[in-house]
Amino acid sequence: MAIAGISAAALVLTACGGGSTTPAASDTAGAGSTTTSGGSATTSGSSTDGGTVGATSTWCEDVKSKYGDLTGKKVSVYTTIVAPEDQPYIDAYKLFTECTGAEVSYEGSKEFEAQIVVRVQSGNPPDIGIFPQPGLISQLVNDTGKVIPLDPDVETFARKYFPEDWMNYGVINDIPFGIPNNADFKSLVWYNTKLYKDNGYSIPTTWEELTALQDKVAATTPPWCIGIKSGEATGWQITDWLEEYVLRDWGPDVYDQWVKHEIPFNDPKIASSLAEVGKVLKDPKYVNAGFGGVDTIASTEFNDPSAKIQDGQCTLSRQAANFDANFKNVKLGPDGDVNAFYFPPKTTDFGNTVLGGGTFYAQFANAASGRPEVDAMMYFLASPEFANARAKAGSWISANRGLQASNVPSPIQQTALETLQKPDTTFRFDASDLMPAPVGSDAEWKQFTAWVTGQDDQTTLNNIEAAWPAS
Amino acid sequence: MDWFLQPTSVTDKLLVMVVAIVLFVAIMGLILWAIDRPKVPTWVVVTGFVGPVLAALAVGLLWPAIKTAIQSFQVSQAVLGPNGKPVIDRTTGQRSSELVFSLDNYSRVFSDAGFQKVLINTALWVLLVPILATAIGLIYAVLVDRTRFEKFAKALVFLPMAISMVGASIIWKFVYEYRQAGSPQIGLANQLLVWLGLEPYQFLITEPWNTFFLIIVMIWIQAGFAMTVLSAAIKAVPDDIIEAAQLDGATGFKLFRKVTVPTIRPAVVVVLTTIAMGTLKAFDVVRTMTGGQFGTSVVANEFYTQSFRQGQGGVGVGAALAVILFIIVIPVIAYNVRQMRLVEETR
Repeated sequence: MAIAGISAAALVLTACGGGSTTPAASDTAGAGSTTTSGGSATTSGSSTDGGTVGATSTWCEDVKSKYGDLTGKKVSVYTTIVAPEDQPYIDAYKLFTECTGAEVSYEGSKEFEAQIVVRVQSGNPPDIGIFPQPGLISQLVNDTGKVIPLDPDVETFARKYFPEDWMNYGVINDIPFGIPNNADFKSLVWYNTKLYKDNGYSIPTTWEELTALQDKVAATTPPWCIGIKSGEATGWQITDWLEEYVLRDWGPDVYDQWVKHEIPFNDPKIASSLAEVGKVLKDPKYVNAGFGGVDTIASTEFNDPSAKIQDGQCTLSRQAANFDANFKNVKLGPDGDVNAFYFPPKTTDFGNTVLGGGTFYAQFANAASGRPEVDAMMYFLASPEFANARAKAGSWISANRGLQASNVPSPIQQTALETLQKPDTTFRFDASDLMPAPVGSDAEWKQFTAWVTGQDDQTTLNNIEAAWPAS
Repeated sequence: MDWFLQPTSVTDKLLVMVVAIVLFVAIMGLILWAIDRPKVPTWVVVTGFVGPVLAALAVGLLWPAIKTAIQSFQVSQAVLGPNGKPVIDRTTGQRSSELVFSLDNYSRVFSDAGFQKVLINTALWVLLVPILATAIGLIYAVLVDRTRFEKFAKALVFLPMAISMVGASIIWKFVYEYRQAGSPQIGLANQLLVWLGLEPYQFLITEPWNTFFLIIVMIWIQAGFAMTVLSAAIKAVPDDIIEAAQLDGATGFKLFRKVTVPTIRPAVVVVLTTIAMGTLKAFDVVRTMTGGQFGTSVVANEFYTQSFRQGQGGVGVGAALAVILFIIVIPVIAYNVRQMRLVEETR
């Protein structure tokens, strides 16, 4: 068992180290910096020799020797994750309290993105924040200078367990700030197993099979169900669709250039991908199962398709792995009621392309400011023990190499983790989360909402390109 | 003094709060004690009463207004080092930036198609809500005046005033809720359409009509206010004027148009301008119902989004929007104040 674990880990290392080092290192540029990281720290060579990386570490002893006695100290964590999704985190943090004696106080708010800025600027930051996108950390670093870089020991420890591209999403202006929390696997299509069995549909594994299935279903009912409504963030679902297509049509290199604004947002390549997305999303023959015409995409909450999958009205719904949270009292998995398959690649040129996202920990206090317990907590958060404890509680996977698939209870998340760890997987981080806020969390949302309700492709792309900050 | 100027712990903050309250009580006590002294000259008393208000206005209103006006002419730019790359602080990772004088914020607000739509929407709101709410309130007040159900009928229209804007928006969000034709409707508006044999309609999605459906919510809230004030004004119209007009042969609509409306004209103007000011600040309705999506955003909503969600880049644009809002509202306030004085004079 142990040997299997180690060899699996080694495979992951080769995959992550070999496949995505160069582009990933420069991905951070898109998140705000204009300099590329100088290939510092681990290279693919050094990460493959990490044969010792496994599900156990010496974090507890390390923390005790490095940061001293922390009994009675308190660390506050501020996040967007609110009840009931907060409990698994609170439970997983207990390991830290057991080891060090320091308490963790957890505070969640759905207004995190706006509130964190207000709290930092008014001199009342939390000790640690869980950031929904790397772009927000870089915004705080550049606007306030109040985020504290990782302790070198924490960074070394984290680099041991996280692939270089993931560590680099948290590097801003060449300085490491973030530790990856969860990994969100977005390239999945959810379906109702009974519906597929009754109609004799098979699970598509190639693009051709997927389009064939789509056309077969379209003869009687629209195959796809999509909702993009999400309050102010309405439209973000379409950014994911476009990212999937750009990655599939043009590969990781073009994708990275697009993120870094080396090619404009209205580049002909991106325009062609958007046109391809439009062939599905704007065709009443293909959407919107269970909701009505094309325009219902805009008025449907993004998680509403879960009900339509359950009652069998919806045949295909592209949703992230954490969509499982919407299914209560439903058995998930190939032998359950609802399952998900991997959204297949268009060609074999770029391997299995996976679009993903993730959240990151960043700190606002450290040993130098008299708070060694915060560094200790960050050290713990990079450990495989935390990853495994958190994964066991459900609906969570991460890029941590020490995370074992056997500890992931949901079969869908398990498959997602295994795909993530496969050598031929080309993983790319959500582009809109890496682009500057005026583009990735304003213009894109508004323009794609307008696009799906009738605006043409070129106007949409031109308007997004125009929102790109000058400097 | 560090704990006082930059309180970090909860104890320090509580302490600062207690100090502030004690200071307030002490100063107020001193003023109240001083004015009872007969020897104190008038200017001291006047300063004592007006001074704190002026100081509070200066700190809480004037200074932020000036600061906002300055910010609206600034854009943040990265400081470039000799190698042409941004200068970065090696310990905090912060990129140095400087504020540069620029008219970019304003030119963006007026030239960008998205912002133009925001300005047009705001204009629609400010025109339609006061006019329609006042008209509806006035007609309703006249219709129910001196009828048997007057009190009940008035209470019915006044009730929405008691609901918060967010609450009202949530109610109307349900009214407009859409379900595919054929499935049971849960929204009242679409159920009515279905009963009439029509297709259900996506009220909040389709531009430009969705803005009008949002405006209806604001009218629903404000009509009660208009009705109450105007009803009181109508009751204050002297009976002898009405009787004289009736003797001259004026009845019904003619009486209303030629006598009632001119007599209560100042009250109508005050109602119009008051609602117009409330409408300029309409943020809750748009935020709750569409989040500013589907081309329904207004200046107040866009100001929030730019200032608080877009980082340093949005601050200048947000400030420019606030200044524009400020400039639009000034003539309305001036007119409102003038009319209020007129109303007082006629009493």
